[in-house]
Amino acid sequence: MNSEKKYKLLQGNEACVEGALAAGMRFFAGYPITPSTEIAEISAQKLPQLGGKFIQMEDELASMAAIIGGSLAGLKSMTATSGPGFSLMQENFGYAAITEIPCVIVNVQRGGPSTGLPTSPAQGEIMQAKWGTHGDHPVVALTPNSVQETYEYAIEAFNIAEKYRTPVILLMDETVGHMREKLQFKDPSEIKVVNRKKPTCKPEEYIAYKPDEDMIPPMASFGEGYRYHVTGLTHDETGFPTNNNEISGKLVQRIVDKVEKNIDDITFYEEYKMEDAEIVIVAFGGVSRAAKSAVDNMRNNNIKVGMFRPITIWPFLEKQISAVSEKAKEIYVAEMNLGQYFIEVDRVAGKKCPVKKINKITGELITPKEISDAVMGGRE
Amino acid sequence: MATDKRLLQNKDWCKGCGVCVGFCPKQVLKIVNEKCVIANPEACIFCGQCELRCPDNAIYIGGNEDEQ
Amino acid sequence: MNTNCSNLTEKYFRVNRLPHIWCPGCGHGTLMNTVVRAIDKLGLNKDEVVLVSGIGCSSRAPGYLDFNTLHTTHGRALAFATGIKLANPKLHVIVIMGDGDSSAIGGNHLIHAARRNIDITTIVFNNNIYGMTGGQYSPTTPYGDFATTAPFGNIDKPFDLCSLAQGAGATYVGRATAYHAPMMQKLIENGLKNKGFSFIEGLSLCPTYYGRKNKKGNAVKMHTFFKDNCVDVKVLEKNPEKAENKILLGEFYNNPKPEYTESYQVIIDKFQNK
Repeated sequence: MNSEKKYKLLQGNEACVEGALAAGMRFFAGYPITPSTEIAEISAQKLPQLGGKFIQMEDELASMAAIIGGSLAGLKSMTATSGPGFSLMQENFGYAAITEIPCVIVNVQRGGPSTGLPTSPAQGEIMQAKWGTHGDHPVVALTPNSVQETYEYAIEAFNIAEKYRTPVILLMDETVGHMREKLQFKDPSEIKVVNRKKPTCKPEEYIAYKPDEDMIPPMASFGEGYRYHVTGLTHDETGFPTNNNEISGKLVQRIVDKVEKNIDDITFYEEYKMEDAEIVIVAFGGVSRAAKSAVDNMRNNNIKVGMFRPITIWPFLEKQISAVSEKAKEIYVAEMNLGQYFIEVDRVAGKKCPVKKINKITGELITPKEISDAVMGGRE
Repeated sequence: MATDKRLLQNKDWCKGCGVCVGFCPKQVLKIVNEKCVIANPEACIFCGQCELRCPDNAIYIGGNEDEQ
Repeated sequence: MNTNCSNLTEKYFRVNRLPHIWCPGCGHGTLMNTVVRAIDKLGLNKDEVVLVSGIGCSSRAPGYLDFNTLHTTHGRALAFATGIKLANPKLHVIVIMGDGDSSAIGGNHLIHAARRNIDITTIVFNNNIYGMTGGQYSPTTPYGDFATTAPFGNIDKPFDLCSLAQGAGATYVGRATAYHAPMMQKLIENGLKNKGFSFIEGLSLCPTYYGRKNKKGNAVKMHTFFKDNCVDVKVLEKNPEKAENKILLGEFYNNPKPEYTESYQVIIDKFQNK
């Protein structure tokens, strides 16, 4: 089959749609915002050709609500936005989390806060992705660093959303969204597509929020004969609201646990020249490309440096970062913000070795030289 | 034919708001101890005003039509 | 089940969830029953009916009814409903909202759902107050009335929700009250039959907060106010003087136009697999 490989020169945002469609996306609701707009435009073009549905909503509050509705009616659903829109989506992100309705939210990060730098890259929503909506809740956020990875992790995002019945964030940045690279399409036979678990019992026996042993309740679509109730209030296994303290606590604990306790299943990362690395640069998304270059340059000067690149940003890869800290003498966290991922790395690795920041918030990508200067400057 | 109709209540659901009493044209109903009671059942003409207006589905006209 | 209730209640209610949480005399229970009677009259398949609500007193209605029911976030019911309807146009999608829910926090969603003319029947239980939070003024609280957040009288001007919906593009618009329950039922039936965005305002009564704050009397008195102060919009044709200082009820607008999901299907049919 390799002779038939299909290649295309595509933008990250285009690859995102290609991956989503390959995973089975058939519903998109969104609102235009730079630098994610191409994702909506291409979805508008391609979805009806596949019998799917696209709608441009009146704002991001509504976009997030509409994809939850679309998913509840049985279609795999996605929205795409950037910082200001991501802020508005937080309301119903929490709703999707507590009602366990699978969906994918793409956030192509730009400079903030507020309207900020609409056309420039940033990584300022690392913590917002985790804590943007109120209350304790599960979060899965994946961060690709290339066009190819955007395609592949868009598929993965849908699969995780469907498998764990939870909203999943594809946390891109402007650099990745707008860069053009070669994309190698996968043959449909090579693509693993996960679909949500459906009830097999009779409708009258269906207890909508009663989890199986894997902590995940089977999900019926509206209209399939399983009439049930969905609410953003804390609810018992029947789906109806409850004020019972114990049941409320158990619900929130379960929706967090179903993700956190399956972290190995959703752990993705890359290690680059880490075998003998004494200095480790932690970087992700667009910045990781500069970090890789910096590693190569420093290796040419016989500096034992490597890169650890989390692709799964949330849940935090505590086990892997902890392992890195066992061997490293120094860790640098390079990110286009004032040190958000740093907080987590320092929490886990800080007891073993010094953890330092390399930050930039000017709306420009951190350069390889800035990274190597920071590392070399720290080694006088 | 109308004789198998009966005015029935679910007292557990009644909140004693008095809307049924207020709109009963034949003074069949009254509120006693914050619940509606059918005080004068023989006067009922089964007009359905109480069932139509009761916000709590607590009063209704029953009777088994299949038994006719 | 051997529940002590009417056949209609037994057929359409989740009777184990009753009694509902609404206060004694609240008009919402009566309006909820008009929705049930309309669905029954049209003989809709319960499996194909979806009821969506937002937040507030009105939003509790779907939880008591045996359909596919979705209790969403404040103001967003129509946005969720839009997603459901577009994803599966075969479903009968009904949205129940309150006055604040539909026209304050959800005002933008209301006008855009109406503009698209998507086939959703929207029913507003308008009690002129935020009841769930204890009696604050809403966008339909009359000028000069009192609320916990308008202790010196309300200086906001109220929305006419039906005019708002019609102006935004709803293709079926009507208003009735909890007192005029048969008319309310009929309007909902017509709204469900309209292939497009239907908007039915049901004037409700809140004896606990709005009524008490504004000395409107008990539930019977508040019903009687509707009885005495509302006229059918049809009087405008022959006796417009009868409408003076009255609340107009009835069918205000019925003008079918191309429906959103049908228009989208035309696009799919034309471009699918091409």
